[in-house]
Amino acid sequence: MDLGPFLLLATLEGLLMAAVLALTALGLSLVFGVLRIVNVAHGEFYMLGAVSAWWIASLVGQAGIASPAIAFLAALLLAPPIAGLVAFLAERLILRRLDYRPEPTIVATIGLLYMIQQGVLTLFGPDARPVQAPFDWRLDLYWFGWSGYKVAVILFAVMLLLFVRWVLTSTRAGLVMRATEIDTEMARAVGGIDTRRVYGAVFTLGAMLAAVAAVLIVPIQQAHYLMGLDPLLLSFIVVIVGGLGSLRGTLVAALLIGLSDGIVSVFFAPTLAKILATLLVALVLVFRPQGLFGEAPR
Amino acid sequence: MSGASPRSGVVAPLLHLAVPLAIAALYPFLSEYHQGNAARILVLAVFATGYNLLFGYTGLLSLGHALYLGAGLYGTGLAVTNLGLDPALAFLLGTGLAGLVSLVVGALALRTTGVAFMIVTMMFAQAGYLSILHWNRFTRGDEGFVIPSVRRVAGVALDLGDPDIRFAVALALYTLALGIAYGLVRGDIGRVWLALRDSEERVELLGHDPVRHKLLAFVVSGVMAGAAGGAYALLFGYVGASFATIQYSILALLWVLVGGAATVLGPLLGTALMFYLVDVVSGYTAAWLFVVGAVLVGLVLLAPRGLLGTLQYRYRWSWLP
Repeated sequence: MDLGPFLLLATLEGLLMAAVLALTALGLSLVFGVLRIVNVAHGEFYMLGAVSAWWIASLVGQAGIASPAIAFLAALLLAPPIAGLVAFLAERLILRRLDYRPEPTIVATIGLLYMIQQGVLTLFGPDARPVQAPFDWRLDLYWFGWSGYKVAVILFAVMLLLFVRWVLTSTRAGLVMRATEIDTEMARAVGGIDTRRVYGAVFTLGAMLAAVAAVLIVPIQQAHYLMGLDPLLLSFIVVIVGGLGSLRGTLVAALLIGLSDGIVSVFFAPTLAKILATLLVALVLVFRPQGLFGEAPR
Repeated sequence: MSGASPRSGVVAPLLHLAVPLAIAALYPFLSEYHQGNAARILVLAVFATGYNLLFGYTGLLSLGHALYLGAGLYGTGLAVTNLGLDPALAFLLGTGLAGLVSLVVGALALRTTGVAFMIVTMMFAQAGYLSILHWNRFTRGDEGFVIPSVRRVAGVALDLGDPDIRFAVALALYTLALGIAYGLVRGDIGRVWLALRDSEERVELLGHDPVRHKLLAFVVSGVMAGAAGGAYALLFGYVGASFATIQYSILALLWVLVGGAATVLGPLLGTALMFYLVDVVSGYTAAWLFVVGAVLVGLVLLAPRGLLGTLQYRYRWSWLP
């Protein structure tokens, strides 16, 4: 294959990665923005979404009456609420009792990471689990064919991102969230907002966004109890490069990281690319803590 | 701290000296299996003791100390196997390498605070771990390598693979780390560290340089981590990438939290307790990390001071530093 088509393929794969990453990182970014906590267990909510998707799809599949499309649809509708429920309980039972102080919270979410990961290992075992794509239509691009399902994932992710943006900017729920994000004390005292409920809701929503991203990815990449670490680190990278708490920065960074990951890994050894990306992120945090796209602190 | 009566001025050093002596006295009565565990726990406790100086006393939560453990481990292991150095020299080289890496990372990471500090330290450590995987020509990647026993004879005839010698060296190293930690936290530096944990501005007002004191804590903890890694390579003859994973950074945090942050003996107690808890649980399930998670969550919710810290607080054992 020539360089041109090769680059096209890398770009398409990069776009797919960017779409899924944007959803995952948006969840992390929302939680950081509103609750001011770093949720180290975020990758595990992603993993929970993927494993639940497999579990639901195989339950529906066993019934024998349903096509892969229906099984997948059931997973897409039911898996994120499962991850959301676990997040809701974790917020209510653990994080709320810690008053969201940064250090105890980060330790607690590390603990949560292991509990969820190992709980899934105990319940579902160590095997990688496939989910069948809802359809296997292929896009013919002259030099190569590309999975139509991947195109659908990109479109769906973009629609969901637009929806979240609409919720944040144009609905009362979004207004309440942004008020809490800008000044929790003021939102509670003047706005009469029950900020604890907002915290719980945002934490749950953040986990569900990661879970949706994971459901979309399982037909491409199998579900496994250790799959949460990579999206966690990548989401960290995206959120940091985009500027902690800045939603627009998160989206731009997801596109940048996803695309460059797709393209760079074509030309470099993947591990070397990861090493450089990790070092770059550390240096961004050290020398430009507001992120590459964030505004300077007021 | 301030309530140190003349009596406590004697009791505390004696108690701390008594702990290594008691472990040595207990050793002959242990079964072979527990003797091996004891050596392992002592080496890992050196790692935890150093981590405690940074996290417990200075209040800096690093999520990347596996990097310095790994630097000591690989620095020592590669110097012995590839350069053919004497183990003692290789150990110094590995420990020095860890000190150098912690100096560079510390100088950069300490420009940040809070959450950013945690993530920066974690990202550097992740880059280190990935480097071990990437340059697998030297490091053998994920599998790691075994140091042949002939290579583990220090000086003329000190065979570090011999179980009794292994224990003695591990105990000596821990005692040294304990002495250094005790001396530091009881001295002026320790007072500045504790003050830094509570308020950086106050330290600055009193005329101390906060960054230099924080960097000192960072490097001392990095050197101790490196010494633990180097000793582990020589005493147990195995060098593996798993020691450089984020899991070991978290284990150091866990051990310190269990024993009690900002208590000198807490790290040893925490390491020993968690070592045996994990040992027992692994007998029943492959998901032993669940226990690590549950203990972390339980600690921050119910006993944030850890075991010794709770004793210190509840019974006012102010002599327990």
